[in-house]
Amino acid sequence: MPSLYEFANPVLFERWARPAIPWLAGATALMIFAGLYYALFNSPADYQQGDSVRIMYVHVPAAWMALFCYSVIAISSAVGFIWKHPLADVAAKEAAPIGAGFTFLALFTGSLWGKPMWGAWWAWDARLTSVLILFFLYLGYMAIWRAFDDKARAARLAAILAIVGFVNIPIIKFSVDWWNSLHQPASVFRAGGPSIHPSMLPPLFLMAGAYMSFFGAALLQSMRNELSARRQARLERTDVKAASTLVEQ
Amino acid sequence: MKKKTRRLYLAAGAFVFAAGAVALTLNALKGSITFFYLPSDIAALAAKPTAAIRLGGLVEAGSLQYGETEESGKPHVAFTVTDGETRINVAYVGLLPDLFREGQGVIVQGRFTPDGDHLDAETVLAKHDENYMPKEVADALKESGRWQETGGKAGTGSGGRN
Repeated sequence: MPSLYEFANPVLFERWARPAIPWLAGATALMIFAGLYYALFNSPADYQQGDSVRIMYVHVPAAWMALFCYSVIAISSAVGFIWKHPLADVAAKEAAPIGAGFTFLALFTGSLWGKPMWGAWWAWDARLTSVLILFFLYLGYMAIWRAFDDKARAARLAAILAIVGFVNIPIIKFSVDWWNSLHQPASVFRAGGPSIHPSMLPPLFLMAGAYMSFFGAALLQSMRNELSARRQARLERTDVKAASTLVEQ
Repeated sequence: MKKKTRRLYLAAGAFVFAAGAVALTLNALKGSITFFYLPSDIAALAAKPTAAIRLGGLVEAGSLQYGETEESGKPHVAFTVTDGETRINVAYVGLLPDLFREGQGVIVQGRFTPDGDHLDAETVLAKHDENYMPKEVADALKESGRWQETGGKAGTGSGGRN
């Protein structure tokens, strides 16, 4: 049994992450094509929404990923902040732009669905507002990383924001139950099983699988990029130091 | 205390503190966070509110009436919003959203007329419930008599709480 700290070693990380990426990318391509085929051509129109229901297949998994990516950031941040795990901060930092992308996709497609169905592009109800706050949390988190040259300091402050901001995740999930809202309550992860007809579930889960493996592939690749950028910066620093010692002599 | 333990307490403390602050804030603001009031909430008030409000509930079956088109060719509609206990009449001039139909959830925004007789809506939003199914399935359920009017969730699902 390899211990967790073996995966934490950047060299070992490179050894298993590099071969994993093409598999994850392939799975993404496969599931996104199958998912979109089912979503757009091979699934029934809804009895009330008609063909607009197809927006759901892009929207709902994107919203799940928005919450999932943030949870990954918050947990990695906690691990990085408390136990100084060498890869945790890198994972948290690199997950942020991907999560922000999914959040934007959820907000955007939700707006496209809202206009024909509700009759409004946007409403300040609890669910919509709390997801917009999540989007701003992502942007704030990314801004903190860019605001400091000292990576260790940026990691500490960003981690605190991510941990504190995790309060928003249960609020988003339960906003539709706690307050009267325009947004409908949960359809899949609810007590009593999904209230979505089984014929509509394959495209939904295929899209969710595609997003998930995309997240895996994109996260691993950008973590590799970040690690090699840090390695290069470290080498350059030592080079400069060595060169200046030579000059002094 | 070890540094690691101190960081653990710091992170946990920051989270608990933030969660407490947010919980208190949300609790204080619950009246404004709620997106709409139910007809019973309005009935519980001493007087009809004079400010614009959002009212949510079901469009009562059989209550939808299309009035004569007066000017500008805009349809004039009247219907009743109910939560099963209280009913409130609504008048609206304009186009209704696609999902608007009798027995379905709706949220109207507007003001009560000075005599409190009905609500003059400026905006009508249709509320969708959490049920998704193909048309054939819905028809089959209706035919076999196993259809449940789950649109009631729109208002009553979170009713009583608030």
